[in-house]
Amino acid sequence: MRTLPAFLFRAALFLTALLAAPQAPAAELVPEATAVFGAPAGGERLLIKSTTDVAAFRPALEAFAGTVPGLRIDYEQWASNDLYAVAAKACAQARPAADLLVSSAVDLQVRLVNDGCARPHRSALTDRLPEDLNWRSELFGVTRELAVMVYNTRLVPPREAPRSRFDLIDLLRPPGSNYAGRIATYDIEQSGLGYLFAFVDAQQATTFGALSEALGRSGAVATCCSAEIIDGVARGDYLIAYNVLSSYALARAETDERLAVVAPEDYTLVLSRAALIPKGAENAFRAAAFIDFLLSPPGRSALQATHLLPPSGATGDAALGLSDPDDATLRPIALSPSLLVGLDRHKRAQFIRLWRQTFPWRLDRD
Amino acid sequence: MSGLAVAFAALAYGRQAAQQAYDRLLIGAAGQIAGAVSIRDGEVVVDIPASAFDLLALAREDRVVYAVFGPDGTLLTGYDELQRPEAAEDVAFAHASFAGEPVRLVALKRHFAERAFRGTVTVVVGQTLRARSELAWDIAGSALVVVAVAGLLMVALVIFAIRSALLPLRRIENLLSSREPQDLTPLRLAVPSEIGHLTAAINRFMARIDRQVTATRGLIADASHQLRTPVTALRAQAELAAEENDPERQRAIVARIHKRAVGLGRLTDQILSHAMIIHRAEAVPRESVDLRLVAMKAVEETDAGVEGAGAPIRLDLPEEPVLCRGDEFSLVEAVKNLLNNALKHGRPPVDLSAANEGERALITVRDTGEGLPPEDWQAASRRFFDSAGASPSQAGLGLAIVGAVAKAHGGSLKFARPPEGGFAASLVVPAAPAEKSEKA
Repeated sequence: MRTLPAFLFRAALFLTALLAAPQAPAAELVPEATAVFGAPAGGERLLIKSTTDVAAFRPALEAFAGTVPGLRIDYEQWASNDLYAVAAKACAQARPAADLLVSSAVDLQVRLVNDGCARPHRSALTDRLPEDLNWRSELFGVTRELAVMVYNTRLVPPREAPRSRFDLIDLLRPPGSNYAGRIATYDIEQSGLGYLFAFVDAQQATTFGALSEALGRSGAVATCCSAEIIDGVARGDYLIAYNVLSSYALARAETDERLAVVAPEDYTLVLSRAALIPKGAENAFRAAAFIDFLLSPPGRSALQATHLLPPSGATGDAALGLSDPDDATLRPIALSPSLLVGLDRHKRAQFIRLWRQTFPWRLDRD
Repeated sequence: MSGLAVAFAALAYGRQAAQQAYDRLLIGAAGQIAGAVSIRDGEVVVDIPASAFDLLALAREDRVVYAVFGPDGTLLTGYDELQRPEAAEDVAFAHASFAGEPVRLVALKRHFAERAFRGTVTVVVGQTLRARSELAWDIAGSALVVVAVAGLLMVALVIFAIRSALLPLRRIENLLSSREPQDLTPLRLAVPSEIGHLTAAINRFMARIDRQVTATRGLIADASHQLRTPVTALRAQAELAAEENDPERQRAIVARIHKRAVGLGRLTDQILSHAMIIHRAEAVPRESVDLRLVAMKAVEETDAGVEGAGAPIRLDLPEEPVLCRGDEFSLVEAVKNLLNNALKHGRPPVDLSAANEGERALITVRDTGEGLPPEDWQAASRRFFDSAGASPSQAGLGLAIVGAVAKAHGGSLKFARPPEGGFAASLVVPAAPAEKSEKA
């Protein structure tokens, strides 16, 4: 059981402000995976809770553990909504959820900082971050990933390979299209990142209306989790996946020639996973050092190894539009209070209602 | 101290300006949220526009808090930590605390009067104060820089002004200290009018000293000149007496010595009197003097002083006072001298009169004798003039004294031969306006 029923996480989400009610759902939140790096237990300990797959983060964690003798890193991999629920609850109880929180659902991270759950950290490295990647010196964007499309090269003929959202809409248009029911994207009710991407999409362009209408009419599949979606494309269950993270997609495509990755040409969302140190963190000093490490050259190259950062230099994958940071088609998601809009109770309820109308056939995992 | 006050004022001004600027931001965001409130199936639905939060995000570093309350005060959406304000106004500001940081709140009301829904929806939007205080310090900082620069400029200006204003004083100082000790001529220096009074006063003072020095010097010259001859004569007579064997002739010589000694005594008196008068004329403050009174006093003292005073002096004084500004004592002495001259060298009867003559006041002594020959009039009031030679008994200083007194009063000594005959000597001084009769 990797995820929880939607109503449970929503209960946890909105009841955190209440006094620590010993309800079962909150107690049942558990990480998807755990891992330990560095020295055996007994010495210094650093607890990191993150939405990042262990595999993707491993090089950075190992490199950092290697620089601090006697340091043991406990790494927990969480679903983004669960991670927020745990962190918000801990914050309401005035205790730290971990030493460091790293999440791709950056809107939820902004919310934690806005609610006063983070402690500030300033260093020469954080001061060099661009404004969009540093909010109040409490929230830091440490990676740079794109929202991309992935398709199956065996099943999608080259001339039909989509380069933009318009191509995708065109593929779905003919009645009885080959792609009907075989395009996958995140279930925004289950994935915090999926909700963020969809919400930002809705604000970026009018394309969103046409696209969601096309997806809904053709019976696209809304499901969970980058890895699951990409696996489905590789197997041929789905022909195309929309709005998955480039880091996972590129990592899989490296070893699986059935997969091809496309950054939409009309516009591409750019996401920076956001890290914060919770207020009252026991090992805030080492957490701050880890943030600085991620921003330093050795940390950067460790993140590049798993595609969490684009390769440095202009020789990167031009097809992904990564070589040119000024590219007008790139739409970075800035760490700012603007992201709070999508989390508003009414706004979210209305957006999800619309979504449900669009995806009446979404996989019900209950 | 005043710098501190200015700093406080600047900060207060900066705070107010920043407050106004960011309050507008809050109202803007609250207005957008209120505008997005709609009624669907009798229920209040808030569809917050992203632009409202983009507006708030202009204060980059600040946290945001918001809430929308229904008519009965229930929270529709937003942060439940917020209380609905009780203010009656449609727009109200407040301060509060949010997650350990102070926030500025605005509460905005929107009234609904529709078939399906009646009531007031309250939108509350707040922000932490980082951007505000940053802007406030920014504004205060720039204001302080301006004030400081202006202050320094003022100080520089004041220093410059004082220096240039006092420069003439420095020049006067240099000029005075570089002078010869005997140099008492007026300062010649172009100075601003503010300093002009000072140089004028210095010049007046130096002129007075100059006059006194000159008078003293003249007096010494007079005294040595006048005294040397009689003293030499006395010594010669005394030697003669010592060598004379004949008692009769010796007695005659002693009588001559006595006569000369008496003359010498009178001469000494006159020289001292002259010195005193000249000193008084310079040093005693001027007051209003009635020349009729001067005439009467002079007659009294002359009558008392002259032995065997058989000669009559006729007084001719007008009804109204004859006023001038001067020193009564010196004027009386001068008139006495004129009377003595007339009594001794002129022919009785002697007339003494005082009169106003336009801008001048004059006092005249007239006798019926020949008087001085006109060719001597010019020189008569000069110091060494003696109409009868250097005879000690005649004490030729008399007219010199009168001349000095007249000069000290800004007037002169005038001689005339009136048509009815005789000789007249007049002391003429500027008349003082008879503003009030002091001695009626």
